[in-house]
Amino acid sequence: MNKLKKITSYRLFLPLVCLAFVLLLNVIKTPSFFRISVNNGVLYGYIIDVINRASELVILAVGMTLVVAASGGTDISVGAVSALSGAVCCYVLAGGEQSANEYHAPYILGVLAAVAVGLICGAWNGFLVAKMKIQPMVATLILFTAGRGIAQLITDGQMIYVRVDHFKQLGAFIEGIPLPTPVFVAIIVVLLTLLLLKKTALGLYIETVGINAKAARLVGLNSVMIQFLTYTFCGLCSGIAGLIITSRVYSIDANNAGLNMELDAILAVALGGNSLGGGKFSLIGSVIGAYTIQALTTTLYAMSVPADQIPVYKAIVVVIIVSLQSPELMRMWKNFKNRIGVGKKVA
Amino acid sequence: MENRVILTMRHIDKNFPGVVALSNVDFTLRAGEVHALMGENGAGKSTLIKVLTGVEEFESGEIHIEGREGTIINRSPQEAQANGISTVYQEVNLCPNLSVAENLFIGREPKKAGLIDWKTMNKKSKEILDNLDIDIDVTRTLDNYSIAIQQMIAIARAVDMSAKVLILDEPTSSLDDGEVEKLFVLMRKLKAQGVGIIFVTHFLEQVYEICDRITVLRNGTLVGEYEVEKLPRVQLVAKMMGKDFDDLAAIKKEGVSTVKKDQVVIDAKGLSHTGTIKPFDIEIHKGEVIGLTGLLGSGRSELARAIYGADKADKGELKVNGKKLLVGAPIDAMMAGMGYLPENRKEEGIIADLSVRENIIIALQAKRGMFKLLSRKEQEEFTDKYIDMLQIKTADRETPIKQLSGGNQQKVILGRWLLTDPDFLILDEPTRGIDIGTKTEIQKLVLKFAAEGMAVMFISSEIEEMIRTCSRMAVLRDGMKVGELEEHELDQVNIMKAIAGGDKG
Repeated sequence: MNKLKKITSYRLFLPLVCLAFVLLLNVIKTPSFFRISVNNGVLYGYIIDVINRASELVILAVGMTLVVAASGGTDISVGAVSALSGAVCCYVLAGGEQSANEYHAPYILGVLAAVAVGLICGAWNGFLVAKMKIQPMVATLILFTAGRGIAQLITDGQMIYVRVDHFKQLGAFIEGIPLPTPVFVAIIVVLLTLLLLKKTALGLYIETVGINAKAARLVGLNSVMIQFLTYTFCGLCSGIAGLIITSRVYSIDANNAGLNMELDAILAVALGGNSLGGGKFSLIGSVIGAYTIQALTTTLYAMSVPADQIPVYKAIVVVIIVSLQSPELMRMWKNFKNRIGVGKKVA
Repeated sequence: MENRVILTMRHIDKNFPGVVALSNVDFTLRAGEVHALMGENGAGKSTLIKVLTGVEEFESGEIHIEGREGTIINRSPQEAQANGISTVYQEVNLCPNLSVAENLFIGREPKKAGLIDWKTMNKKSKEILDNLDIDIDVTRTLDNYSIAIQQMIAIARAVDMSAKVLILDEPTSSLDDGEVEKLFVLMRKLKAQGVGIIFVTHFLEQVYEICDRITVLRNGTLVGEYEVEKLPRVQLVAKMMGKDFDDLAAIKKEGVSTVKKDQVVIDAKGLSHTGTIKPFDIEIHKGEVIGLTGLLGSGRSELARAIYGADKADKGELKVNGKKLLVGAPIDAMMAGMGYLPENRKEEGIIADLSVRENIIIALQAKRGMFKLLSRKEQEEFTDKYIDMLQIKTADRETPIKQLSGGNQQKVILGRWLLTDPDFLILDEPTRGIDIGTKTEIQKLVLKFAAEGMAVMFISSEIEEMIRTCSRMAVLRDGMKVGELEEHELDQVNIMKAIAGGDKG
């Protein structure tokens, strides 16, 4: 009993239960979900697909978690910033042409440009939120709307193709490695961020600022700088996600790349058991949340739900998951039980 | 004299993780009485109130209130209010960004055609406050007013909700004497109307001035219920502490005059912060405890905040240990060896969701910088050291600080600053809302640190406490430093005179 209590009070218990819940759906409905096959030396299967497709979301959720924790607000521009980063990368590599069959600039230059764009966008958001004290939702709304517009300017309103096999590797496979490349990128981003949080005092600083910015200042923390850093970091994550997105389709479509991903990223943070009000956070929780969302999407595809109906089912499951984690619901349930208990005693 | 019982609580049990907060506690309130609820920090006073008002659930026991059949369980403060129980908490729980009128009527706004009737609301608010002799603009937002006024608005709100039972949890800890007297006048009026008032306080004088009955708690259990006339003070204190009372006077220091005024730690010239404190000069020496005294709003806290950089000084010059220091933010002051325990513990002191450990090490960690993380082992050693030294009552070093009682939270914050080993420590109302035992401990600690060479700035509303602890005092009035009192001048009369002004402090 005591052991059970210990397990259920573990912070990641609920997020893990939710992931298990989604996977369980598949055991019943689509047993083939868990089958993994080897084809041409690489692994295939729904499960592989989930962890592959979730990669961008995981990376965005990492950045989003820190932003939420430090500022109690969300960065809604991550999807647009991903598109912009991808556009800049393709523009650089295609040398301004609409379709390129070979690199017009070194690959690394394209990567650096994308990352730099992400950093600059993040810094801009951070400046508005931390320094100018604009509400995070409003501040990031600027790039949410303008980001894709700028991307359109760069691409001249057209799609840009980079038809080079090397370019596709980041979003697909590197020869000789059986797992898709995005999986590794996601893992590296998560690990490096964890390392940064555990080996420096950044994690503690972020939580302190998120919980009580006034007290944080009085104990000598620079709240403005810390919030600025989290937004900048979030921008960096968007840039990396943008690289993967463009590489998957070896092109950039500024209108659709990373569309609505900001919402999934915020949802991942919430599903991970993190308060959107800021303060204490669990990075791993958000990562689990991101995989849960992708597992859900892939599950629905596997059940051959038409793509345009998927949001409905997704919404239903999300409502269930979020309610499961709501302390208010727990309280209501407890009260309900008490009331019944009292009624019995009287009878 | 009416003796109708209006509220009974029987066999109340309540546990927090790792701590028994209440065990088999009884409480009885009669109509038309002021009933003091007393006990040391962590005795369970606040928990009992929270259980009664539905903020916390309790595990077993029952509550009866006049006019309701059977037992009642309040699941929320709203339910408690519906049952006729209103509360004013220790720390003001209103919305600072709403207007005074909105705060008074929040949740029960007068409506006209489904919309809020602002005219009536403002008019009624004005009437309510006029009755209490509070003359303020009800349309301005609450954060325009001092804590004292905010507190009185909170009381006005509770009073106006036609409560049968009114709970005042430490209402006087942020009021000055005149305001306390006003509150007492009001309490007597309500008493005559038959309202039962539960009065939680640490001030013995006030208990003996206004209360009819006293219930004493200790360590979550009931010690007993007494009539005020039949319980002398010394016995009350003994019952609260469960031991012979270590007389406060006993800590009167000896040989303080040995403070050598040769080493100046803080030397401020013409420092000011527009709107809060006018230019002031102050010199603080190694090993001395300097008190700041004055009425609420006189600029006591503001002077300290200007030195520490909590409010950046916009004029003047500050020298620390002889070196000129530009304080742009508190971190600059910290690096120069300062520490600051703020007046408002809940808003500026504690980091509520973080553990006792994290709350203690955060200032030192900030000083070391982001990349020099204290190892877990160091953190735990430091934490244990201060839990031990300051006798902080906590289930564990990983317990969130918000679960500790007010006095223990204050000790954690004191520990936070001691860990940074400051040369100059500012303590702004360190003993507010804290029981006598802990108060004495904190005063003793302050004297000990001073004896070890630390310069301490001590701010308190209690003059006796200041006289006991300080070796010198600066007097403030209306945002200006108006004078200083040397040690031989420190007595009640002199200080009162200086605060009040007239014949120049």
